Amino acid sequence: MKMTPKLATLLILAALVLLAPFLFPSNFYYRVGALIFVNSIAVTGIVILTGYAGQISLGHAGFAGIGAYACALAPAHFGIHPALAVVLGAAISALLAWLVGRPILRLKGYYLGVATLGLGILISMMLNNERQLTRGPDGIEVPELGLRALLKGWGLDLTNGQFWYYFCGLCMILGAWLALNLHNSPSGRALRALHGSEVAARTVGVDVARMKLQAFVISAVYASVSGSLLALQNKFITPDVAGFMHSIEMVTMAVLGGVGSVLGAIFGAAILTLLPQVLTVFAEYEQLVLGLVMMLVMIFLREGLLPSILRKLRRKGE
Amino acid sequence: MTKTTAGALCALLTAFSLAPAAQAEIRLGASISATGPAAFLGDPEAKTLELLVEELNAKGGIDGEKIKLVLYDDGGDPNKARTFATRLIEDDEVVAIIGGTTTGASMSILAVAEDAEVPFISLAGAIEIIKPVRPFVFKTPHTDRMACQKIFEDMQKRGFTKIGMISGTDGFGASMQAQCKDVVGDYGIEIVSDETYNPTDADMTAQLTKIRNASGVQAVLNPGFGQGPSIVTRNYRQLAIDLPLYQSHGVASNGFIELAGAQAAEGVRLPGTALLVADLLAEEDPQREVVVAYRDAFEEKTKTPVGTFGGYAHDAFLIFTDAVARAGSTEPGDIRDAIEATAGLAGTTGIYNFSAEDHLGLDLSAFRMLEIKNGAWTLVE
Repeated sequence: MKMTPKLATLLILAALVLLAPFLFPSNFYYRVGALIFVNSIAVTGIVILTGYAGQISLGHAGFAGIGAYACALAPAHFGIHPALAVVLGAAISALLAWLVGRPILRLKGYYLGVATLGLGILISMMLNNERQLTRGPDGIEVPELGLRALLKGWGLDLTNGQFWYYFCGLCMILGAWLALNLHNSPSGRALRALHGSEVAARTVGVDVARMKLQAFVISAVYASVSGSLLALQNKFITPDVAGFMHSIEMVTMAVLGGVGSVLGAIFGAAILTLLPQVLTVFAEYEQLVLGLVMMLVMIFLREGLLPSILRKLRRKGE
Repeated sequence: MTKTTAGALCALLTAFSLAPAAQAEIRLGASISATGPAAFLGDPEAKTLELLVEELNAKGGIDGEKIKLVLYDDGGDPNKARTFATRLIEDDEVVAIIGGTTTGASMSILAVAEDAEVPFISLAGAIEIIKPVRPFVFKTPHTDRMACQKIFEDMQKRGFTKIGMISGTDGFGASMQAQCKDVVGDYGIEIVSDETYNPTDADMTAQLTKIRNASGVQAVLNPGFGQGPSIVTRNYRQLAIDLPLYQSHGVASNGFIELAGAQAAEGVRLPGTALLVADLLAEEDPQREVVVAYRDAFEEKTKTPVGTFGGYAHDAFLIFTDAVARAGSTEPGDIRDAIEATAGLAGTTGIYNFSAEDHLGLDLSAFRMLEIKNGAWTLVE
């Protein structure tokens, strides 16, 4: 079998998920791993939107908020299973992205960035202020997914941390697989074509507005699922998940690691999730270090960390 | 390519694993919002814990065992708080956790602590933290419901039956507004005008005018914290409303008098802790000794005035050390049992009496009704 870049990426991810636990000094690292995977899912969505289609969203945390609160509210109010709530949240996010994106993505330029910025803030305000429904800034409990108990019944007894580590890892690989398939499909080629030049893409018959909308809706679903997984894992969620800073974090992770490649973006998610844990000693300077890293990457490694490093290594090898 | 990437990631994963420390000490964990939007609560809490641990270790610790404080700053983010709680338990192997400055952070930590059966003493206000009672979860601040009750008790004593309310829409203000409306009926008081403002508003004269014009208003209550209550107080005087004004325990600090101005704040009443009136406490008051000692130590060390919030951390630490000393053990389960058996322990916030049904351990007597006179706090009795 020929080793395509797609297969290589998936194998690397699978190997990392399976082998990393052998290096864990304590169970705490399962938690960090699970967080990396959850962020990676959202960031994979950003790769599709920004890396493939060249559009920028500053409000993706809003969709994560919808996914998260769907898992908290739908089981409580409609009595549906939390797993179905994940699907419901994704559907609502997709619909909302479609409604917002449809008029805006007909335009060229940075309109989507501004519109999503507003959308993200609106969702965050709603979660904070609709107290009767969301219980406001103090947050709300999320029901247990129940999958761990099911696995236990089948003889697979995992601790809570281990379960979420492997489950989120699996979801991340699934998400990466879908994104890589998209990359190689006619739609993916159309997206990359319009990223290069919308005019040129249009002349070869690409429906630019429709393709951009498609990418936006798909990436909203990714963000929503990542929010759902975070909520189910934490069993408690506050409106912070939909906050503006979370949106910026997602974009930063993707850009830092390399927004053009799924593996690069996941690498960025891993670094930015680990950094606060490494920097606990000088937590006050965390933002400072983050900003500095970001600036240096933008100046010296413009494709993002991973692609730039790989290119350097390849050149050395030649 | 495979090798390089994997190598880089593995290096990252192992880079931040800290060497396990010697077990000859009592390891106490804390996750506190020392930075971020809740920093004005978390900063004095973190400083208080560091100060108290240093003080106790200088005296030789508990039965010769020193305390090692592992303190993380969660920035007020509940997701981070949960991660740090996991780290404290799994990696740092602490015997108890203090923290959770905000309600969201506390709710995130308590699930982890419950699972791991490690005692957790929360520093956040909401009643949901201890209701229903969870075996390993305790908290030190009184609830906003109790603040409402204390205020209404005072209003009842003064014979008020109709009041106006103006609340902030932030977490604190909105939660207290709901609690106050829930208990107000017990005191034969009716809320005839109920207004709100956004925490960032710069002027509340419109709402206050509306309250003034409501028929029969005898007093006004303002649940909220941050700058909002100061603006309400100033607007209140500018409109020359001559009804008594009540503030909440959310602004029980000298910063409030400074922000509102001594002139505008004259006559404002609020439920506060003994900490604000340390010098006015009677000699035989059981809280006097602990309150004066903490205030002097804190102000000496940080050169900033002591506040209610640092006091919550002080009490959490006091409850923890008291329990460890009584249990004579550093097993989390034994510490939990000892905390639940705490009786008559005088802290800065009040006198703690925990039981299997009550993991807050304070009653209304923990609040003192204070009045601002000539820019200083006085006791109303």
